[in-house]
Amino acid sequence: MITRFLWQGMGPGLRLFTLLVLAVGILLPLANQFLPASSQFHVPAWVLQLIGKYLCYALLALAVDLVWGFCGILSLGHGAFFALGGYCMGMYLMRQIGSRGVYGNPLLPDFMVFLNYKQLPWFWHGFDQFWFAAIMILLVPSVLAFALGWFAFRSRVTGVYLSIITQAMTFALMLAFFRNDMGLGGNNGMTDFKEILGFPVQADGTRAALCFASALALAIGLVISAAIVGSRFGKALTAVRDAESRMRFLGYRVEGFKLFVFVLSAAMSGVAGALYVPQVGIINPSEFAPGNSIEAVLWVAVGGRGTLIGPVIGAFLVNFGKTWLTGALPEFWLFALGALFIVVTLLLPKGIMGLWGQIRDRSQARKAKAGAPA
Amino acid sequence: MRSTSALLYLSGVTVSFDGFKALNNLSLLVEPGEMRAIIGPNGAGKTTMMDVITGKTRPDEGEVVFDGKSDLTKLDEADIATLGIGRKFQKPTVFETHTVRDNLLLALSGIRSWYKLLLAAPTKAEKDRLDEILTIIRMTDQQHMPAARLSHGQKQWLEIGMLLAQDPKLLLVDEPVAGMTDVETETTAQVLREINRSHSVVVVEHDMSFVRALGVKVTVLHEGSMLAEGTLDQVSADPRVVEVYLGR
Repeated sequence: MITRFLWQGMGPGLRLFTLLVLAVGILLPLANQFLPASSQFHVPAWVLQLIGKYLCYALLALAVDLVWGFCGILSLGHGAFFALGGYCMGMYLMRQIGSRGVYGNPLLPDFMVFLNYKQLPWFWHGFDQFWFAAIMILLVPSVLAFALGWFAFRSRVTGVYLSIITQAMTFALMLAFFRNDMGLGGNNGMTDFKEILGFPVQADGTRAALCFASALALAIGLVISAAIVGSRFGKALTAVRDAESRMRFLGYRVEGFKLFVFVLSAAMSGVAGALYVPQVGIINPSEFAPGNSIEAVLWVAVGGRGTLIGPVIGAFLVNFGKTWLTGALPEFWLFALGALFIVVTLLLPKGIMGLWGQIRDRSQARKAKAGAPA
Repeated sequence: MRSTSALLYLSGVTVSFDGFKALNNLSLLVEPGEMRAIIGPNGAGKTTMMDVITGKTRPDEGEVVFDGKSDLTKLDEADIATLGIGRKFQKPTVFETHTVRDNLLLALSGIRSWYKLLLAAPTKAEKDRLDEILTIIRMTDQQHMPAARLSHGQKQWLEIGMLLAQDPKLLLVDEPVAGMTDVETETTAQVLREINRSHSVVVVEHDMSFVRALGVKVTVLHEGSMLAEGTLDQVSADPRVVEVYLGR
């Protein structure tokens, strides 16, 4: 019944798109697993890994869009929530290594032995259990978002000031995580993972499953976002974006709306980060780098903010471009990124989805004109 | 806090911004069911007075009591709106990306908490009320049009419709006819009088012919205090009012 309710909240275009995401997440892993390597439809493992990574980025972009596109909160710190989710997964994966580490310590991960830790820091307890890690993946980013949002939204910090605060947050976290005595691997972060849920992380089968899990998470993210945006809450949310003080004078307590989407969006980012880490095999403090959060905002801008399909398309296109360009002309990537920002801001304020809407409107207008009697 | 039979009671209200007294010991009484016009030259404190009543600005001194029991100086915008004070801004502020109908739905008195709105569907009563308001503001044909595509005058009416939907006890209306054509101005006066049958209204306006068309008691503000009060003819005859409006 709930699934039906959620399904009905989606427009036909979005339903089709969500099915497409799921189809990608099912067909690619299947083609990798069950087609012989000689078949021209065989998908090599590196493609799975790449698509899986893009799917995680797309979920992050969707999370950014939920707060920026629908509530007007331009967060330049969503990379922090992504990285925190990633670190929670990383801690679980580290604990799974057990005595197979270089130092063979059954309890302490290698970097702790190396740094002369005598016992496991308190916050590492429980991370040997997947269910605990899974809860933390949702909880840690949410709690941080709640704390930040509680103070910022109640003090009515908006616009560029809020953007600066979120940017400062991710920068501060990066500096903190760089320190060795933080107990989270410092500069080097965590890597050399062996197993996830008992399956070897590097195996093709695990990669296929992770790619599917990422697609599933994105599809669930799309369904939840659509249900929220399509509800009366969603109407109020976009109204807060367009005229916040007007909403206050109508009797709405704007903080509650903002806080809810901000926390939800942080949790979504955390899930994206958690799925990202086993696929790339490493998590380190550079994931907190302010540039990452800004890139995520750019994906949304390119795809079209305020739409649910846009951020997914934007994340895929920009990252495909990045993968290609960093291979072909590595030194040009940052220039290309900057140019993209300028082009999108000047020429495509509503992104690719906006362009698509314009083309559709125009062709409809032309049809209406042609159909009208002269 | 004094108990009073007045719907809105302002006494000795002072607001200063960096030493400049936007309101200076202002007192004002609005009775239940009354419609009051407030006039005054630029900078007389009309908008600041609205801000104080709706909780946007806190007064430095003075009492603001609503409905004989609520001290408005201690509440925020959302609380005050829920108590039953609606505000219409000088510049029409409607939700541009929403349709006319959705604008009214958002304003409709009722659910305001975010978690209840997540699962709420509009009820039959709510839908009927929306249809009714659309008829009053004469916008049934435009109900599915995004508010951004409305003309200036239509936006003003939509905003009045939103105030009706909010169903406040007291309506604060800031320059409702600024930028309207003569026909629109006349219709607006008519609509406001209709609204006044069931709501108390405070109108701030520059347009004297509009104030005359309303035909209600007028309060003249000057430099943050009340200068004169009475019918439009009485206050127009007051030499101090003439001096303020025409300059020394």
